[in-house]
Amino acid sequence: MTTEASYQDVSGAHDAHAHGDHKPTGFLDRWLFTTNHKDIGTLYLVFSLTMFFIGGAMAMVIRAELFMPGLQLVEPDFYNQMTTMHALIMVFGAVMPAWVGFANWLVPMMIGAPDMALPRMNNWSFWILPFAFTMLLSTLFMDSGGPAAGWTLYPPLVLQTGTSFAFVVFAVHMMGVSSIMGSINIIATIFNMRAPGMRLLRMPMFVWTWLITAFLLIAVMPVLAGAVTMLLTDHFFSTNFFNAAGGGDPVMFQHIFWFFGHPEVYIMILPAFGVISEILPTFSRKPLFGYGSMVYATATIAFLSFIVWAHHMFTVGLPLQGALFFMYATMLISVPTGVKVFNWVATMWQGSMTFETPMLFAIGFVVLFTIGGLSGLMLAITAADFQYHDTYFVVAHFHYVLVPGAVFALMAATYYWLPKFSGHMYSEKWGKIHFWLSAISVNVLFFPQHYLGLAGMPRRIPDYSPQFADFNMISSIGGFAFGATQLIFVGVILHCVYKSKAKATARVWEGSRGLEWTLESPPAYHSFTTPPVVTHNMLSRAE
Amino acid sequence: MKKENTIIVVLAVLAAIIAATWLSLVAPAYTGNEINMTPGVTQLSGNHFDLHMIVLWICVVIGIGVFTVMFTSIVLHRKSRGHEAAKFNHSTRAEIIWTIIPVIILVGMAVPATKALVQMEDSSGAEMTVKITGFQWRWKYEYLDQDISFISSLNPTSNAARQLNSGITPASVENYLLDVDHPLVLPVGRKIKFLITADDVIHSWWVPALGWKRDAIPGFINEAWTNIEKPGTYRGQCAELCGKDHGFMPIVVIALAENEFDAWVSQQLAEKSQSVQ
Repeated sequence: MTTEASYQDVSGAHDAHAHGDHKPTGFLDRWLFTTNHKDIGTLYLVFSLTMFFIGGAMAMVIRAELFMPGLQLVEPDFYNQMTTMHALIMVFGAVMPAWVGFANWLVPMMIGAPDMALPRMNNWSFWILPFAFTMLLSTLFMDSGGPAAGWTLYPPLVLQTGTSFAFVVFAVHMMGVSSIMGSINIIATIFNMRAPGMRLLRMPMFVWTWLITAFLLIAVMPVLAGAVTMLLTDHFFSTNFFNAAGGGDPVMFQHIFWFFGHPEVYIMILPAFGVISEILPTFSRKPLFGYGSMVYATATIAFLSFIVWAHHMFTVGLPLQGALFFMYATMLISVPTGVKVFNWVATMWQGSMTFETPMLFAIGFVVLFTIGGLSGLMLAITAADFQYHDTYFVVAHFHYVLVPGAVFALMAATYYWLPKFSGHMYSEKWGKIHFWLSAISVNVLFFPQHYLGLAGMPRRIPDYSPQFADFNMISSIGGFAFGATQLIFVGVILHCVYKSKAKATARVWEGSRGLEWTLESPPAYHSFTTPPVVTHNMLSRAE
Repeated sequence: MKKENTIIVVLAVLAAIIAATWLSLVAPAYTGNEINMTPGVTQLSGNHFDLHMIVLWICVVIGIGVFTVMFTSIVLHRKSRGHEAAKFNHSTRAEIIWTIIPVIILVGMAVPATKALVQMEDSSGAEMTVKITGFQWRWKYEYLDQDISFISSLNPTSNAARQLNSGITPASVENYLLDVDHPLVLPVGRKIKFLITADDVIHSWWVPALGWKRDAIPGFINEAWTNIEKPGTYRGQCAELCGKDHGFMPIVVIALAENEFDAWVSQQLAEKSQSVQ
């Protein structure tokens, strides 16, 4: 390498600046008033991990009740509150903020910027979240109980929620505000603060996928805000947006919701694609295969995500032409998604692979996400969906893309960049134990749910016919094991940050590529105060 | 690495993946549990089952192909075996191939999928009509041509057993949660049109053996049809979350031979006129 961005030069340059490492000293100054992208990134990550365990605890209640037929633990209404809150917490509280956390940490370091473009807004967009989720969770303790109509909030059922509904709607509004501000910040940063020479088609894949994700967020969060506001006025101010008796249309809500909801699933998975595209080249010691088509495939998926929403609604009675359109459009998504999977396999092919924990999670992602993607293709077939819809087959499908999909990618990212963030190596032994226990238990948890759905078990029921007993019990055992395994994850992180004595080098991994690895580990509080010069695409050029 | 060795590894990986696929997709049926969609008892359910199996097998073959290549690479191209990393970073030809082949596969899937959908949507030529209305948490059936109507709720034995800590073992209750007080009685061999709606919130009427579910939506009347080929008792459940007792509003369809059905209709009408007098 002949550039300023070589691994030696820049970290050397930063040692000279170490005296400028002005970290606020007081606890509140450091965390409450912070405008530093690294601190805010940490706040997001800690917050989302907390939410992951709260949402996970609810999943444990669900799996415990489903352990065997009959009602043993909770009333059906509370069960419905659990499924609803589990989804809201995991989607809006765990996965999305975790990606924003990684974006905060990584986007500036990856594009050679000193911080995010709008640091004060960055602080605000994080600190809204604890209030939003405190409000959302507080509904569980109200007389009328929490929301129990599913995270999709379909009217008229959701309008039967008591007064706590206003809190739910306001919490969703706040989450939306936070997401929109976070996205504006990411877009502004990427468009304005790239280092000299960091052209768009030289950006790391994580930056690319987040750029596209941020546009999705800005496009759809206001749509969700509009939908829940109409629910709010239907509930409290006697409007009839979704009330058929008053001339409204309950199906219209579903169209609006899924116009938000389908891009939303890509909001959760596109940054995962980016992370996997960073990790596989590192541990294969080989350039990313087909960088250009990876970028175009991501953009294509994002575009298609806007025109497939009604595949969530095949059973509401769409006109034939409509159902055909949404079926064909949905099937088309598998083309760019296939390109991504094939390119990942081609990246590994003929590499010189090693299997550290991030690589294990990345490979686990590719395998299990592909299974989730294939069952998604099955669900796209409208006529077959008349059987699959609203059964455990769907539950298995979206958990495959979200848990060993998005969540595994988050774990891969954690193991991959935590040494960079903390300056210490995590315990490879416990990381691997965490991976193997997770990979086995997640399949024990979710694979049998395919059988349950095909055999006819509807979703969102607290009790079931004894014919479904065996696989529910197996699934619950897998669930408890997966839940317990995640405590190891916390242990590994705490050990790495506070106890680990193994210092991380600047580059951390032998094959890592990109500007963030030119900084020392941990990077200075203010990094890249002098921008590096970028001369080529680090991800796609052989070294 | 010698070429023969590569082939041996590919075959070994392929065998392992096929074994894993067999273990996950076929073996669980040997536990005596149902693990697949029912072919059902109507032409539509047969169509949907065939479609499901076609797409499932295509997905299985694609999965086996992708995973074989990937795991072969994982076995062979590892640093611990001294494998040197290649330097290539793209191949336009390969990328065009793996864009076009999936498109061809998709078109192949779309043809039967379109046919099945067109057939499902064609409720013309129905010989009788039943209106189904969803309530929280029961179903109302109205035979529009026969002037019969009744409400169908969870059978009382199941209802007692399903209470929190009822002390009744579900396994001891016959057809636990899948039994009703008044089943929907239908004739075999007749094209029956359903008009499906709801009175309060959205429900979804689903009997797997008939091959479809259709949402019951207040303010909307959805159409669907069936033509049951085999007499028998077919059970299903509400499939759209409709409140606290969503899990407790089953559907039971009893399909009778045409003459038995006609006798059932006369009996119902006689009982009705008696109760009026």
